[in-house]
Amino acid sequence: MAILEVKNLGISFGGLRAVDNFNLAIEQGQLYGLIGPNGAGKTTVFNMLTGVYKPTDGKIFLDGTEITGKSTIEINKAGIARTFQNIRLFGELTVLDNVKAGLHNQKEYEYSALTGILRMPRYYKAEKAMDDRAMELLKVFDLDKEFDYKASNLPYGKQRKLEIARALATNPKLLLLDEPAAGMNPNETQELMDTIRFVRDEFKMTILLIEHDMRLVGGICEKLTVLNFGQVLACGETSAVLNDPNVITAYLGE
Amino acid sequence: MKKMSKITKNNLITYAIVVFAYAVCEILMRAGQMSSLMKGLLVPLCVYVILAVSLNLTVGILGELSLGHAGFMCVGAFTSAVFSKCMASVITVPTLRFFLAVLIGVVCAGVCGILIGIPVLRLRGDYLAIVTLAFGEIIKNVVNVIYLGKDSNGFHFSMKDSMSLGMEPDGMIIIKGAQGITGTPTDSNFTLGAVLVLLTLIVVLNLVHSRTGRAIMAIRDNRIAAESIGIDITKYKIMAFSISAALAGAAGVLYAHNLSTLTALPKNFGYNMSITILVFVVLGGIGSIRGSMIAAVVLTLLPELLRALNEYRMLIYAVVLIVTMIFTWSPKAIELRERYSPEKLFRKKEKEVQ
Repeated sequence: MAILEVKNLGISFGGLRAVDNFNLAIEQGQLYGLIGPNGAGKTTVFNMLTGVYKPTDGKIFLDGTEITGKSTIEINKAGIARTFQNIRLFGELTVLDNVKAGLHNQKEYEYSALTGILRMPRYYKAEKAMDDRAMELLKVFDLDKEFDYKASNLPYGKQRKLEIARALATNPKLLLLDEPAAGMNPNETQELMDTIRFVRDEFKMTILLIEHDMRLVGGICEKLTVLNFGQVLACGETSAVLNDPNVITAYLGE
Repeated sequence: MKKMSKITKNNLITYAIVVFAYAVCEILMRAGQMSSLMKGLLVPLCVYVILAVSLNLTVGILGELSLGHAGFMCVGAFTSAVFSKCMASVITVPTLRFFLAVLIGVVCAGVCGILIGIPVLRLRGDYLAIVTLAFGEIIKNVVNVIYLGKDSNGFHFSMKDSMSLGMEPDGMIIIKGAQGITGTPTDSNFTLGAVLVLLTLIVVLNLVHSRTGRAIMAIRDNRIAAESIGIDITKYKIMAFSISAALAGAAGVLYAHNLSTLTALPKNFGYNMSITILVFVVLGGIGSIRGSMIAAVVLTLLPELLRALNEYRMLIYAVVLIVTMIFTWSPKAIELRERYSPEKLFRKKEKEVQ
């Protein structure tokens, strides 16, 4: 069964139909790409999937349960984590604390504010476990040496990685990456591709990503959906979609 | 882990500063080296430190602006003074009575914080500043028209005058409108003030360096991202704000029990007071707990110590404000401070040895 299933999703902003009749099915462990020209509605789809916008029609199912119209917080608890097109880190917190903030809602690390203020034994135990888990995640992204840096002092490429690490810390079933390679040079993009593949294999993660870098999309995505003017232009295996004449005229260029 | 010990070390230094300052003052006082003016300033100093630290929780850690912190202090002061005056003959141990009064003041101010926080903190933007500003003024004016008395039939309440309370001859008027509360037992002293300062610091610092504090600071740094990782924005905002209000209430209790007459004047609970506290926080460094503590002490002592200079007093005060502002906030000054920080110099030496 598909881990994410989207049926006839649509949203209107006043008279503007931003996304119309959008369908999507992603299998467990798949690396799925969402591409299309600027303004096609890709980020709007992400915002509907994560509860930032409430869709006007259609339904979203995560792992069989409907999550349409739920709040961002509930959807994150249900198992969708995301990164942002323009990086949104907790700039004044340390790299480690950014990831620890991601661990916020997990039962094994939870303790109340009072436990924290009174420094009860539970506090030390949970904090120690959090530190270990967060360092483990940072190591995956090669950020463990910078753990006590302020997040805003990291170089751009590492900030992108930290955002992915923070999203993974929430222990999601589905990871949404909004233009992970934006602003990266070819070397960094190559490294990022390896990391994304590694995350999928290591954490058995299902990943849906928006990207303009065709080398990255062609390199790692197994399936693609192409959006144009809010509608699905093509959908299927990566190689087939990239050779589709409609996609070439609308997006890729001759 | 190395980083954890760094935070703990920093907190311990803050506590040590308080204990050391307390010890020095206590020794000076015992040795008779302290003027009566300074002795009178000690408890107000504790009040200001608690207020500055608690406001820093709202302004620096939560990232919202509160312009009515004196209002919460007023709530704490009056509720606890009413309690102490009623209980003066029932509980005869002053310290016990004081701590119960603190509890009452903290709870009442905290509840006010929650009541204000629930509607206002759901909004984005500067609404909290506007509402708290109004709250501070309203509380001050409401307290000025309250008449409360107690006799063998129980409590009597009026908002007109003391005659309309309709009390029995054996009654006692507790709050007398604009004349406030007279005859509050003066239970507080410098030692209790220092204990309250320490407790405030422990609450704030432990809160900041915990799961809750991380969530609060995450909201401050990026609200949308915090929501995306499942942090309940409203809950943590209200929590931080009401704890901050409750601690301001504790400062109010300390203030009320230092004087035998408690009146709500613009001077002590008005807008100017709220701004003075904000000045402590901004000059001490927004988000720096230790900084706001030191700023509160220095900026309270300075005008008093400079009394001898008469009219130049305010001039020097202004210069100090500007210099501190430059030192805390100018990028060049921050760079300079980081380059010559003792820690950095120490590390450099270590490297040279290697």
